[in-house]
Amino acid sequence: MIAILDYGIGNLRSAEKTLERVGAAPVLTRDADVVAAADGVVLPGVGNFGRVMQAIRDAGVDALAHAAVEADTPFLGICVGMQALYDSSDEVPGVPGLGILSGHIQRLPDGVKRPQMQWNQLSFRRDCALFDDVHEGAWVYFVHGYAPEMSDDVVATCSYGAEVVAAAQHGNVFATQFHPEKSGPTGLRIVGNFVEQCRPDRGEAR
Amino acid sequence: MSAVARVIPCLDVDAGRVVKGVNFVDLIDAGDPVELARRYDEQGADELVFLDITASSDARDTIVDVARRAAEEVFIPFTIGGGIRTVDDARRLLRVGADKTSINTAAIRRPELVTEISREFGAQCCVVAIDARRCGDDKPTESGFEVFTHGGRTRTGIDAVTWAVEAERLGAGEILLTSMDRDGTRDGFDIELTSAVSSAVGVPVIASGGVGTLDHLAEGVTEGRADAVLAASIFHFGEHTVAEAKAVMAAAGVSVRPPDTLTR
Repeated sequence: MIAILDYGIGNLRSAEKTLERVGAAPVLTRDADVVAAADGVVLPGVGNFGRVMQAIRDAGVDALAHAAVEADTPFLGICVGMQALYDSSDEVPGVPGLGILSGHIQRLPDGVKRPQMQWNQLSFRRDCALFDDVHEGAWVYFVHGYAPEMSDDVVATCSYGAEVVAAAQHGNVFATQFHPEKSGPTGLRIVGNFVEQCRPDRGEAR
Repeated sequence: MSAVARVIPCLDVDAGRVVKGVNFVDLIDAGDPVELARRYDEQGADELVFLDITASSDARDTIVDVARRAAEEVFIPFTIGGGIRTVDDARRLLRVGADKTSINTAAIRRPELVTEISREFGAQCCVVAIDARRCGDDKPTESGFEVFTHGGRTRTGIDAVTWAVEAERLGAGEILLTSMDRDGTRDGFDIELTSAVSSAVGVPVIASGGVGTLDHLAEGVTEGRADAVLAASIFHFGEHTVAEAKAVMAAAGVSVRPPDTLTR
């Protein structure tokens, strides 16, 4: 079972349908027991960083996210759900993120339209289980005005005015700035690869 | 690569059924919007727009069902427009799986709605649709283009470029710009209108209205400076596929996502 953290905003339905399509059993929840029992946890997110952080805290989802990461449960943050994992954002200075990944969220470069609202190509920086059978240059769908700064955790980037972070991984924490649930067959593959990481029998191998 | 133009088929939906003739030879049910949406997805459409033109109020909920079913079958972004008047209207559609909502007349009537939807759900799902016409000699607006509402029937006296800039300021994440002069003519986009709005705003602009050939789609980007192009009839009648459209656009030097992406 994969827990989709439900804090009341965001297009949770798309994440749910995509997980179902790749054969997983998603549950929308903010129940600590359900999250603790989950084989994987997904944190979706759209919109303003400050509003998302506020909603995450109001729903108690911050504690659930920290607990899941401490338990080494495979975790996937999507879009603003990725940004929420970091320390802070240019979008709303002073509002702390979850601090699960180190770094700051910065505004997309000048000279390009913000938000980036389009398909763009992935460029890999290092191997990551999310991208098994996904080739360099694969197209995925982005909608965002901000992105994490470059760090050692970054596994993929895209080119949009400059090199822009597209995905990161730190241990069992995975994060995509793009929307795999809206990226057609490539996105289904990426979500499927995450689900593969969540198989209970992988616990011994980890 | 930076800007990649999007090709967006638009489906007019009346009481849950696609209207305007749809003529794919092998569709089981040519009137089912979700079946058509899947077809466009397979052809390489970058996004889809469902425009609800349902007139009778008792059939209004049918578009919610279309959004729900589309979310189950289609794994590319889709927008629902038509009849959205309140934050709650938008919420119902987004909750069942729509990615964006498009507002038009309701935003002119009450511009705060743009801000409310943008604050509540994020600018990325707040599309402001603008229907514009060239001004006649009487009472021209500043740019020479005037906003019309109610499907292009009602004059507002509002300048189209000024309204686009204002919509962005209010929180719109994207502008869906339709030339009502060109809509249905197949004479091509109104390039002057498209370019005027695209240069005036910082958010993406979708050009709409008038596409009759695949070259028109490329012109919308190369000359109109649009970020995305929307068309209905050239795709519906099976004249052209989205893949053909992208091939023509690429040949004209427009960056597009090729339709034959890997795992298909």
